[in-house]
Amino acid sequence: MREADIQINRVDWPVVMIYFALVIIGWFNIYAAVYDGQVEKSIFDLSINSGIQLVWIGAAIAIIIVIMASDYRLYENLSIYLYLLFLVILLLTPFLGKEVNGQTLSIGVGSFRIQPGEFAKFATALALAKFMERPTFDLSKRTYQIQAFGVLILPVVLILLQPDTGTAMVYFSMLIMFYREGLPQSYFILGFGLIAVTLLALGIENNLYLAVAILAFVIILIFLGKKSWQRILAFSLIGVGLIAYVYSIDFVVSKLPEHQQNRIMVLFNPDLDPLGVGWNVTQSKIAIGSGGLIGKGYLQGTQTKFDFVPEQHTDFIFCTLGEEFGWLGSFVVISLFIALLYRLIIMAERQKTRFTRIYGYCVISIILFHFMINIAMTIGLFPVVGIPLPFFSYGGSSLWSFTILLFIFIKMDSSRAMQLGRLG
Amino acid sequence: MNDQRPVAIIIFIFLIGLVLLTKLFMIQVMDDSFMKKAERNAIQRVVDHPYRGLVYDRNGKLLVYNNPIFDLMLVPKEFEVGDTTRFLELFRISKEDLIESYNAARKYSWVKPSPLIKQISTTDFARIQDYLIDYPGLFIMTRSVRSYPLPIAAHALGYIGEINARQLEQDSSNYYKQGDYVGLSGIERFYEDDLRGRKGVKYKMVNVRGVDKGPFKDGEYDTASLAGKNIISTIDMELQRYGEMLMDGKKGSVVAIEPKTGEILAMISAPYYNPNDLTGAEFSKTYRSLNSDESKPLFNRPIMATYPPGSIFKVVQSLIGLQDGVLTPETTFACNKSLVACHNHPSPVNLFGAIRNSCNPYYHQAFRQIINQEVSSNTYKDTEIGLNAWRERVLKFGLGGRLGVDMPNEKGGSVPSSKYYDRFYGEGRWKYSTIYSLSIGQGEMLVTPLQMANLAAIFANKGYYYTPHLIKSINGDSNLIPEKFRIKNDAGVDSHHFDMIQDAMGEALYGTATRAIIKDIAIAGKTGTAQNPHGEDHSVFVAFAPKDDPKIAIAVYVENAGWGGRAAASTASLMIEKYIRKEITRPELEKYVLAGNFIY
Repeated sequence: MREADIQINRVDWPVVMIYFALVIIGWFNIYAAVYDGQVEKSIFDLSINSGIQLVWIGAAIAIIIVIMASDYRLYENLSIYLYLLFLVILLLTPFLGKEVNGQTLSIGVGSFRIQPGEFAKFATALALAKFMERPTFDLSKRTYQIQAFGVLILPVVLILLQPDTGTAMVYFSMLIMFYREGLPQSYFILGFGLIAVTLLALGIENNLYLAVAILAFVIILIFLGKKSWQRILAFSLIGVGLIAYVYSIDFVVSKLPEHQQNRIMVLFNPDLDPLGVGWNVTQSKIAIGSGGLIGKGYLQGTQTKFDFVPEQHTDFIFCTLGEEFGWLGSFVVISLFIALLYRLIIMAERQKTRFTRIYGYCVISIILFHFMINIAMTIGLFPVVGIPLPFFSYGGSSLWSFTILLFIFIKMDSSRAMQLGRLG
Repeated sequence: MNDQRPVAIIIFIFLIGLVLLTKLFMIQVMDDSFMKKAERNAIQRVVDHPYRGLVYDRNGKLLVYNNPIFDLMLVPKEFEVGDTTRFLELFRISKEDLIESYNAARKYSWVKPSPLIKQISTTDFARIQDYLIDYPGLFIMTRSVRSYPLPIAAHALGYIGEINARQLEQDSSNYYKQGDYVGLSGIERFYEDDLRGRKGVKYKMVNVRGVDKGPFKDGEYDTASLAGKNIISTIDMELQRYGEMLMDGKKGSVVAIEPKTGEILAMISAPYYNPNDLTGAEFSKTYRSLNSDESKPLFNRPIMATYPPGSIFKVVQSLIGLQDGVLTPETTFACNKSLVACHNHPSPVNLFGAIRNSCNPYYHQAFRQIINQEVSSNTYKDTEIGLNAWRERVLKFGLGGRLGVDMPNEKGGSVPSSKYYDRFYGEGRWKYSTIYSLSIGQGEMLVTPLQMANLAAIFANKGYYYTPHLIKSINGDSNLIPEKFRIKNDAGVDSHHFDMIQDAMGEALYGTATRAIIKDIAIAGKTGTAQNPHGEDHSVFVAFAPKDDPKIAIAVYVENAGWGGRAAASTASLMIEKYIRKEITRPELEKYVLAGNFIY
């Protein structure tokens, strides 16, 4: 058997099928989002977004063929260079790119534009995998933690200069990969604890309640354990620190740019300004909520069709699905994403090299973060963040970057038989 | 340790899925408020207003119709003015007005239509219609307003106007919405349910900017509007027009009824107004000025003004006396002016003579016979019993309460009962000498002109009447008119008693109303004078004709015109001739009435 045949047979077909299922369902939803019953245009019509998306899909298939035909070692060998290349591109984007709404996200010629921030994800993932591959690399040690974080933070800083908070946030999803690779649990406990306190501080009007609760909690902890002086002092300091943190949040929030402040406030009180800041979330919830159990039927949605939901074919594409296919449609798509992520974990865990496993977990982290945050924001569980739903949302940059990200991993996975075990 | 971590990540992923699906289940399946909000967002309910029914006169001549008026509408997004000079010329609008309207339209909406020129006349519409195609973003919106071919019968027909808050609240069927037009008076109000038709509803979809995106579910839930029913009124357009001409410049009422049916042939309230003035855009302005006018042109006198019945009531007294058996045609009383004042005529008189000469002392004495029938030996008690029995008889003539004409705000007048005098003088402290002025239709009695016309119809019919009404048929079907207008009402007096009364009324013309006499048309009539403490007495006349086969019963009130034999009798006589003969043979009498100098 030729090498290529072996590889084709070893391609993980369930993941490929889920990928195409999501891309095709997404494509139909993009058509539904731009569909106008009065000017009936075919889904293939190149003057509307669904036609253009089909071109992107065609190009994505070409990219898949190229990736599958390439040598699996290429990505590992090129990883550091790709990473550096994208750092340079990201650095230059604010100067070369086109400014839209105060943001400079894309570069390119004429109407052909790509967003470097999207593509830098897979380069960063490759670089992290390469960097952390060494058997001596131990995330429980402070030095390595700082090094890994450094690789991660460089593109984030450059993306924040564009500025694109949403995409920058995506990079922090790599913490999931760090967790898998052994970053101590205490970081996560501390992190989730702080997030919980932050959310409570933002959600509860009167900080005094929270302060009293923290105080009570600390006192209970002190009384439950040994009553040594050091321990009492340590807990007391943590308690005082937390209370100080709670009171500082309002101050920090007030220093944020106004549109970000508003997005946070709307999360806790969507009715605050339903026609202004709350518009997106209110309309998005109305669209999804009006879908009921089985939805209004394909192309029958009124909210998404008549432009009540902004950005409905890109970041808010889930609204079209929710409105026209109801809860059952949402269930199917969410299940597909979970199946995809589950399958990717199985794949990552069966890798023989640490490099491919880390890369696999980067893919999982990025897709999980996009999927979770995008849907959560459309139903008002998370502030509005401009990130697309993987494989679903309209746009070449988004579709291609996820395709590259995923299929490099599929390629690596299909070639695992040829790899020497290097797991440390 | 690291072996557990992939499991933890898998659990985390499933938890995320569970949270998202739970929240989705809550807003999609559990909470249906989003569905309603979505409908409010995107589905617009457009009311299709029906065509209001028309009103015709009894001979099929049009009294009220809908006149289309045209508004030129502008959609700023699509509008292109092209050659401005040509545009201004074509649409006869000044440049300033164009700019102002355009800016106002833009301010209102970029994509929704706003009026550019309001109320374009039909001729202007015809002129510009062909050019509209050259101007994208311009179109004509048609509305309709009530119109009247002849400016007559304003009070009877009534007017329509925007529904007010109180009416909206009272509308238990929830048919009306803010801004709807409803009949506010006259036929328009009374037959509102028939005239209005039924509104239709179209559901159309709109996008976030309010732009029409076609019918919702292909019009599955739409209902068509149903045009209002046409009403054939009992009014005789010619008679009404003639009556209004006669009453021009005067104050008062004319009510003419066809006795055999109760159909109102003419109903004139003077002063009147042009009904065309209370339509369309001018409504509120005109209404305010009419409402504050001291001559009260909006006051519907035939059904709302009340007067003492005066001498005409003597006919009713005669009939009650005859029916009670206390009077006979031969009953004779002396004209004893010490009882009550009278004019000079032969004395003593019998009943016939009393009617013919309108003898006051006769009725003073006759009324005592009616009241004090010695049922009780106590004269106070006897008077009380007598008065209440008499009142019952009077009410049968359609007096002392609303007749139930098909117009809103009818007044009922009053006929006093014993309770009235008890309240005034105390129980058992009044007797005949207290109430005797009722005998000649003065005192505590009030009637409306409509009731008097109905009285004339009872005299003509020899004892019955149909409730006077303005409706002849709905959509040509006379069975659709209210049941109560088809029921014969008995006045409680046997018909044979009327023979002598009718003769006496025929003769009375030669005594008190010679002006009313028409050659070849026998009129039976009775003059009256309604005393007016504020000025000159009101001139009153009731009559029916022809005496042997009555076609018309009429009551005429001319305020401050003195004795009934002049203004009222002349007017009634002209109306009768107009109706029966369709022409006027006495131009000098017409001139006399039109001139209106009745006091001399």
